Amino acid sequence: MAAPVSNSLAPDPALVALNRFGLGAKPDSDLGKIAKDARNYLKAELKQQDIALVSVDERTNAGLLDSTAAIEASMAAAMERKTARDEKAAAAAMQPAAMDKPADPAPSKADANASPNAKAKPAVQPVEADIYRAEAQARFDKALGADAGFVERLVGFWSNHFCVSVAKGQIVRASAGAFEREAIRPFVLGRFADMLLAVEHHPAMLFYLDNQQSIGPDSRAGKRRGRGLNENLAREIMELHTLGVGSGYSQTDVTSFAGMLTGWTMAGREGRLGEPGTFVFNANAHQPGQAVLLGKTYPDGGMGQAEAALNDIAGQPATAQHIATKLARHFIADDPPPAAVARLARVFAKTDGDLRALAVTLIDMPETWSTPLAKLRSPFDYVMALRRAIAASAGNEPQRTLHWLMALGQPLWEPPGPNGFPDSTDAWASAEGMKTRLDIAWQAARQANDIGNPNQMLASLIGPSVSDETRAAISRAESKQQGLALLLMAPEFQRR
Amino acid sequence: MRLLCETPNLSRRTVLMTGGALFAWAYLPRFARAADNRDPRLIVIVLRGALDGLSTVGPVGDPDYAGLHGDIALSLSGATPALPLDGFFAVNPAMPVFARLFKAGQAAVVHAAATGYRDRSHFDGQDVLESGLPGPGNATTGWLNRAIASLPAGDRIARAGGLAVGPSTPLVIRGAAPVLGWAPQALPTPGDALAERVLDLYNHRDPVLAAALQKGLDADRMAMGDQLDGKTMKPKGGLDNAAGMRQSAQGAARLMAADDGPRIAALAFDGWDTHVNEGGATGRLANLLGGLDGAFDEFEKGLGERWKDTAIVAITEFGRTARINGTVGTDHGTGTVVLLAGGAIKGGRIIADWPGLKPTQLYQQRDLAPTSDVRGVLKGLLADQFGLSAAVLGDKVFPESAAVKPMRDLVA
Repeated sequence: MAAPVSNSLAPDPALVALNRFGLGAKPDSDLGKIAKDARNYLKAELKQQDIALVSVDERTNAGLLDSTAAIEASMAAAMERKTARDEKAAAAAMQPAAMDKPADPAPSKADANASPNAKAKPAVQPVEADIYRAEAQARFDKALGADAGFVERLVGFWSNHFCVSVAKGQIVRASAGAFEREAIRPFVLGRFADMLLAVEHHPAMLFYLDNQQSIGPDSRAGKRRGRGLNENLAREIMELHTLGVGSGYSQTDVTSFAGMLTGWTMAGREGRLGEPGTFVFNANAHQPGQAVLLGKTYPDGGMGQAEAALNDIAGQPATAQHIATKLARHFIADDPPPAAVARLARVFAKTDGDLRALAVTLIDMPETWSTPLAKLRSPFDYVMALRRAIAASAGNEPQRTLHWLMALGQPLWEPPGPNGFPDSTDAWASAEGMKTRLDIAWQAARQANDIGNPNQMLASLIGPSVSDETRAAISRAESKQQGLALLLMAPEFQRR
Repeated sequence: MRLLCETPNLSRRTVLMTGGALFAWAYLPRFARAADNRDPRLIVIVLRGALDGLSTVGPVGDPDYAGLHGDIALSLSGATPALPLDGFFAVNPAMPVFARLFKAGQAAVVHAAATGYRDRSHFDGQDVLESGLPGPGNATTGWLNRAIASLPAGDRIARAGGLAVGPSTPLVIRGAAPVLGWAPQALPTPGDALAERVLDLYNHRDPVLAAALQKGLDADRMAMGDQLDGKTMKPKGGLDNAAGMRQSAQGAARLMAADDGPRIAALAFDGWDTHVNEGGATGRLANLLGGLDGAFDEFEKGLGERWKDTAIVAITEFGRTARINGTVGTDHGTGTVVLLAGGAIKGGRIIADWPGLKPTQLYQQRDLAPTSDVRGVLKGLLADQFGLSAAVLGDKVFPESAAVKPMRDLVA
């Protein structure tokens, strides 16, 4: 039943499982066996214990910090940097006086010598960059080690849905990886509402969307300091995280919700509100009184007020529709079949946002197996597929992969805005993007040690449904490196 | 066709034009200009994230401004005074190039401007701004691309296509008309042999990827021409920092200065969503404005003698609240500025029907009220630079916008 089929009909089920759902084949993937039972192959991955979690017991991940430790490290480093700057400024201020004493005959020459020395001072890597790289390495290892990689694709999907950006500042650079491990991974096969609550409580998100500075105008802190609301988090929760834009909420709802969320903050370095770097509810900054959101009145309940609202919003039909549409667009097609969206929305509503049930629904629905593999892989998925294909990775990691992602326009945990990276072929099939893919394919092929026969690699990575043209192009390559680069650029490797 | 053929100074190109008879009148102004050797260029810079127009060009003469914009209001006094443009408005001191161009009659400001979009979602607002459609939706093409597509097929501008700067193509220039893509890069380049083989495979199996890759290779060759010092083109980051903005303008100018290079370009700069600690004359917004100013500078330098025919327009999805928020920043608003620069601009002017900043004058009592339509500005530029008619602009380029008249005389 699952014999390989020509790409003019339904796609090869092995490629659907590995490329549409997963992160691509590895040299030892058995495409024939996967094709025979592709649905159960994917379901088996979902059933693996703690499949979505990054184990920090493993030797390589032992250095990963939880977000509290990461943020504390960043706060301490910020203090050190400030002290160093202050000292430098003080020293600079002292310098003219010091130079007055020995009547220097050629002060300008001395200056000229001094400045290159100052620049040559060894640059100390900020601790945040070290943490970021360790987290990136763990993310890449997880993607490279996964079997099909469906769960890692779900992690990527939700991490992009609830994105933070390290460009916001050092606190986010230090905690973006921990945010994903703490607020996304535990819930990708759990309940949507639980993920939502974990995300909106997380210091990285509160910092990214400015809520740690939002203060109820009528709260004690608001009256004392004359500060007020920042609506950023409230708006993006409704527009991007849950209901979706144009789903019926108003500016009044945004303002009201922003008030309910006041007091949701992160304890600062001095630890007045709690352990530095942890989530705290600061009642002094919370806008007192009842609040109305989407027509429902929420009594004054401190932190519970916004929590109740989040739980209600998570269950709204608009949220189900929004999530269903995004999931179908990600896993099926840029313009997903309406029936597939409707089915996902029904399952979301019926199961109270059970994300495992949604994942199983994606596996079970006919549309995922019949729709042509036409979406262009995102840069992250492409680079991971490339590294999985060329098993041995020499070179300077994770810097090399991070650099590739940057060059392709998808730097890790650094989307251009809170709506995350785009999820359409149009956005990624740009002239510049394709040129860069060619550069990277070439670089990867040249750096790969011990390349086998490209024709055999083609058979094991793409299999029997490959087009005659791709097969011919690779068999005619003038070197193994060129053959491998052609494989990595083939439409069958680019699209999923 | 007959009318066109009787136009004096007819170029051979015109005769090659086919199927354009219905739209013939649309192009007359451009052909009329062929006599004076004008070779117009248009550069669109999209500032994503919503630019605070009141901190970019501050109405320092408005008695309500300082109170509303608080600590971040621009001022003619203090340590870093704003640069006066006229008796009422002053530009952020991070923009000395723009101020110089303004004084030289090569830069202008349209203030209290907005698109037709009145909600406050970035992503819908950007969709409307870049698609040119009356409302948000599943837009797949941008107004700038449709403007190129509306030019006669044989036209030099249409033939050269547009230029998209950055790792992904901005929506404003996506569409049917050909677009060249380019971004600063620093990766080892594969030999032409591999590129040719991949192209050959794509031509047989995947025409979409073939077209994209071909354009990418072409752009790379042009931008990395031999007069170029490779070191200066190393990437300095994304387009949300001053160095990246300046660098992308430098490369774009080089491509556009070539005789057979694109005449129309789109750039997208990120990072303008200043909810917290926005800063005024100095700080976060000022740093970004310095990058935009640097881009103007690079275009002026890089375009050389083509600068005199160039119009640059910087646009954003909407403005920000007139009153600063609780975190010394501004939230999503409505009216903002459109910045115009270039040798072709009839500059030295602030074009504004100033709505005032009293509570009753603010839009929904919070935002600078919009009194000019951004589409009118863009239509005016397209009409003056390329001779597109009001009918084409109101129907094809900006659908359902016939009521928004092109703003006249933006180009000298």
